[in-house]
Amino acid sequence: MSVLVFIETEEGKIKKSSREAISYGAALGEVTALALGTVGTEELNTAGANGATKVLHVSDERLNAGLIQPYAEVLASAANHTGAEIIVTAKSSLADAVVGRVAAKLGASLVSNVVSLPDTSNGFQVKRSIYTGKAFANVSLTTDKKVLAIKKNAVEIKQDGGNAGVEAFDVNLEDNLFGAKITSTEKAEGDILLPEADIVVSGGRGLKGPENWGVIEDLAKTLGAATGCSKPVSDMDWRPHHEHVGQTGVKVSPTLYIAVGISGAIQHLAGVNSSKYIVVINKDEEAPFFKAADYGIVGDAFEVLPKLNEALKKALA
Amino acid sequence: MNILVCITHVPDTTSRIAFTNNDTEFDKNGVQFIIGPYDDYALARAVELKEQNGGKITVLNVGEADSDPTIRKALAIGADEAIRVNAFPSDSFFVANQIAAIAKDGNYDLILMGRESIDFNGGMVHGMVGELLGLPSFSPVMQLEIEGTSAKITREIEGGKEKLEVTLPFVAGCQEPIAEWKIPNMRGIMSARSKPLNVVEPTDTTTHSEISSYELPPAKGAVKMVDADNVEELVDLLKNEAKVI
Ligand SMILES: Cc1cc2nc3c(=O)[nH]c(=O)nc-3n(C[C@H](O)[C@H](O)[C@H](O)COP(=O)(O)OP(=O)(O)OC[C@H]3O[C@@H](n4cnc5c(N)ncnc54)[C@H](O)[C@@H]3O)c2cc1C
Ligand SMILES: Cc1cc2nc3c(=O)[nH]c(=O)nc-3n(C[C@H](O)[C@H](O)[C@H](O)COP(=O)(O)OP(=O)(O)OC[C@H]3O[C@@H](n4cnc5c(N)ncnc54)[C@H](O)[C@@H]3O)c2cc1C
Repeated sequence: MSVLVFIETEEGKIKKSSREAISYGAALGEVTALALGTVGTEELNTAGANGATKVLHVSDERLNAGLIQPYAEVLASAANHTGAEIIVTAKSSLADAVVGRVAAKLGASLVSNVVSLPDTSNGFQVKRSIYTGKAFANVSLTTDKKVLAIKKNAVEIKQDGGNAGVEAFDVNLEDNLFGAKITSTEKAEGDILLPEADIVVSGGRGLKGPENWGVIEDLAKTLGAATGCSKPVSDMDWRPHHEHVGQTGVKVSPTLYIAVGISGAIQHLAGVNSSKYIVVINKDEEAPFFKAADYGIVGDAFEVLPKLNEALKKALA
Repeated sequence: MNILVCITHVPDTTSRIAFTNNDTEFDKNGVQFIIGPYDDYALARAVELKEQNGGKITVLNVGEADSDPTIRKALAIGADEAIRVNAFPSDSFFVANQIAAIAKDGNYDLILMGRESIDFNGGMVHGMVGELLGLPSFSPVMQLEIEGTSAKITREIEGGKEKLEVTLPFVAGCQEPIAEWKIPNMRGIMSARSKPLNVVEPTDTTTHSEISSYELPPAKGAVKMVDADNVEELVDLLKNEAKVI
């Protein structure tokens, strides 16, 4: 089976979730990965370890920013060029916007939030997460071509693959695909991206104000974690919107989610319920979040966090 | 300005999710249905844009008759008229096809949707509709300002945001803080009753997928509590029991 995997890069590096997508693809067949914009060949070679046999690279500089229409055009062209039956991508805010177009171009079926390898004993069936992690559906894809967007942190990254050869791939992109002009980009540099993170430390209204976020950031730094927050915290502009976790924000699925001063409203839980382990720190022993937690501490965040940070530093040293 | 807002009819965010009929059907028992929260943001922004620029708002739902109360609520919030494509929304492609067919006839300047539905969480109908109509599509859109035939958009990207300048018409998948949710007032509720809700039949009934069954995640084990004066115990549990650090 021929598989095409869309690689997203971040500051010149292949994103972890794209490595997961490559590993997923490698379990299905021969993987050609596709990278867009300026990326080093050496970096692209490393996709081999995750299971890609070949990487197609469209180095057109106009693709350095994630532009929806041109990206969809390139993906569809590469799918036609390689004869891919399956197109795999990590689910992300860029991929979401791109793959709907790709599926429509190719007449392919599209399933998002996939959490399992396909069962091909009778057709082609995958399990997808629905109702914001509160349930799963087993879905059969009924067209020849299929697009799968894989939920982040649902696939183990393969490390024992061979070398991927990198080939230049040219697509003629008409100017009219670039009608949308990006006028500015604001992005925290060097930060661990929340949707990709293995560990997330999140703060809620219990932290009282943005000036108190130091305790969250210190803990995150010790753990190599991303920082998140509850909706009211981003609504009040204590933290940027891209850190807002939950039903109407980012859905995370880290191995460890640490929630501090967050009550655990059902809409917040919807964004974190696929975390492997949840730690809750809250001064109210009745906080609903404890029911969804693996480990809990009843206490004042401003006393517990500095102590926890010191203990972690010692343990990790 | 002629705006189409596509809304889903979905279980309230606090609903307990359960399935019936051998886990092949969603259990609607006791479930309250609402306008999808992201669609609600799209609608709220459409109402503001209409206040600024004049024009007309049409809401569109692909669904069966039980969507009607949800559609009426959108009319009460400020849409002028509604269309319901009378069909079970059997998958994203089916839905996108219906929306595209309606949009082709409607001459809309702007097609607003939510970034994703809160039931199936696909996040892809806007892209499909954009492609089917040959229009640009953007998502997730957190700000939208219109000036004549052009628009300024802020789109969230992982770890930040980007600003774009684009020309109408286009499709946008919306999210906060594009606008504040609006609560219908009495006048809105009264007038919604007499606003047109046109029910049309689907055009193309192709689907690309089929759901064979549903599952619930395994129940979570009990929480282990650690004393606030003994944070070392938590560190030990994370390291040696959970093995996550
Ligand atoms: C349609 C809809 C969608 C929504 N989407 C989201 C979403 O995506 N994400 C989201 O987060 N919310 C969402 N909400 C809001 C949600 O219902 C809650 O209001 C919100 O999550 C509460 O945030 P919080 O826990 O930070 O604040 P609160 O509920 O005010 O909780 C603060 C907590 O901090 C604790 N605390 C106070 N002081 C301390 C201290 N010194 N040390 C330790 N603990 C302390 C308190 O005991 C309390 O439990 C949504 C709501 C609706 C209706
Ligand atoms: C009782 C019930 C059962 C359902 N069963 C299934 C099922 O078995 N399989 C399945 O795939 N779907 C089912 N749906 C439909 C589902 O609600 C979605 O409408 C559809 O699947 C698109 O989902 P998505 O997550 O890809 O949409 P997304 O791409 O996440 O949606 C993005 C935006 O597109 C617009 N949109 C999406 N759906 C509609 C719609 N129906 N009408 C108008 N605008 C819309 C909204 O603005 C939405 O915010 C069911 C719905 C109901 C009410």
